[in-house]
Order: sequence, then C-alpha cells, then structure tokens
Amino acid sequence: MKKIQKYIFPIVFLILIGLSWLFDFAAGKQIGINFWMFFKEMILFLPLMFVLIGLFDVWVPREKIEKHIGSASGWKGTGLVILLASLQAGPLYSAFPFAYILWKKGCSIRNVFIYLGAFSTIKIPMITFEIGFLGLKFSLLRTLITLPVFILIGYLMEWYLKDKDFDVKQP
Amino acid sequence: MLAIISIVLFLVPNETFVKYMGEGSGIKGWITAAVFGSVALIPGFIAYPLSGILIDNGVSYSVISVFITTLMMTGFLTLPVEVKFFGWKVSFIRNMVSLVAALFIGFIMGFFL
Repeated sequence: MKKIQKYIFPIVFLILIGLSWLFDFAAGKQIGINFWMFFKEMILFLPLMFVLIGLFDVWVPREKIEKHIGSASGWKGTGLVILLASLQAGPLYSAFPFAYILWKKGCSIRNVFIYLGAFSTIKIPMITFEIGFLGLKFSLLRTLITLPVFILIGYLMEWYLKDKDFDVKQP
Repeated sequence: MLAIISIVLFLVPNETFVKYMGEGSGIKGWITAAVFGSVALIPGFIAYPLSGILIDNGVSYSVISVFITTLMMTGFLTLPVEVKFFGWKVSFIRNMVSLVAALFIGFIMGFFL
C-alpha cells in the first residue's frame, strides 16, 4: 500500500489526462501535450546519455582524460570539452552524470564547469531549431557571447574551489 | 515534477509573458525573464517556439536572451538532482553565477540587437 501511495500523484495525473482525451476536455489535453513534450525529452535523451557514459567509461582511459582535459591542459583542453559538450543534447540534469564520469577520470575542475556551461547553452543538434524560431543573427550572437562567459565561469569556479577539496559525488 | 510544470505552463498563457516581459516593461521584464527562466525547466522544443512568439509580440532580444540562458544554465527545480552530485554549496554558487552571467549576456545582446 505504501508503494502505491508514493506514486499516487503521477497515477491520478495520467488518469486525468486520459479522461481529458476521452471527453475532449481542452485544458486537460493541452496539459497532456505539454507533459508529453517534457517526457519525450527525458525519454529520448536520458538513455542516450547513459549509453554514452557507459561507452565513455569503458573506451576512454583515464590517462587520456588527464592528459587532454586534466588540470595541466590548456586552451586545447577547453576547446575539446566544449566540442564534446556541444555535440550532446538534452536537459541540464542529464549532464550531471557525465560531469561525474569526467571528474572521476581526472578532468580538471575548470573543465567540469566549462562542460556544464557548454552543454547547457551550446547544442549543435538544437541550433537549427533555434535559428528556425529566432533567426540566424540572434543564435550566432547568443552563442558567441555565451562562449567566453561560461569559460570565465569555469575559471572562477576553479579559482574558488581550488583549495576546498571539491568532489563530484556519485549519487 | 514534469507533470506540475505541464500544468503551470498551461495555466500561464503566452499573453501573460508578453505583458510582463514586453515593450516598456523595463527592468521588470528582465526580472521576470530571469526568475521564470531560473525556476522553470522547459525543453528547447517548447522554449524556442515560445521565445519566437514573445519576440513577435514585442519582447526585446535582450530579455529573450536572459530568458533562454537562465532556462538552460540555471535550474532551481533540478537543484535537488544537482546537489547529489556537487553538494549544496557548489550547486548554489554555480546557479547564482550562471544567473548573473545570463543577465550580463542579455545586457551585451542589447548592444547588437
């Protein structure tokens, strides 16, 4: 019984959405469509991210990460992280597990946060979509202005967390 | 959580966004965009079309930049997830810094568009 109680809200929600479709109730249908959009995003990207994380974990050795995007890496490391992040897409929360695996393999603090920044703001798979709705000029400008800003955030976080035994935990 | 956002998004019609972030909304528009963008968690599939509608209705490009950037970079609803990885302090700082960064990005965008 306790188990059912935990899921009571989603169950009621889905039943109501179902009933809305059945009785052609506009508000319920719109809410259902909204929900489907969110759900689709999660179901599309989350498994993909986990597969990617798994492959990354097995295929990319620690030494490589340490050498290329570790604390001793310079601009080339930053560029690599940004490239890696912008090729991925999905909601911000799907980036956290990947950030964890990067950190575990020796990625520097700076690059972990640059990764999060780039992941969230620059998504090559989404850019055509953005251009379609907001125009090429806006999209390009936004990307170009955002780029130095989150690199700066990476440096800021590194500067702040350097001596504070920062750690990315596995939840 | 996704269910709640779907309901809220329905209850708040596009006109409300236009009213609070549209022409002449000044600093209020910025604040609305930043707060709403930080709290909400909207995928690009919805956020870009919504932004397109807002632009057509007279919302400035600066405000839209703030809106989109905060939507993507800061997430107060996803904070509980973030905390599991980074801890409270770091998550909080990251979100705050991102929020300031988003406002800054909007400000710079204002010079170009």
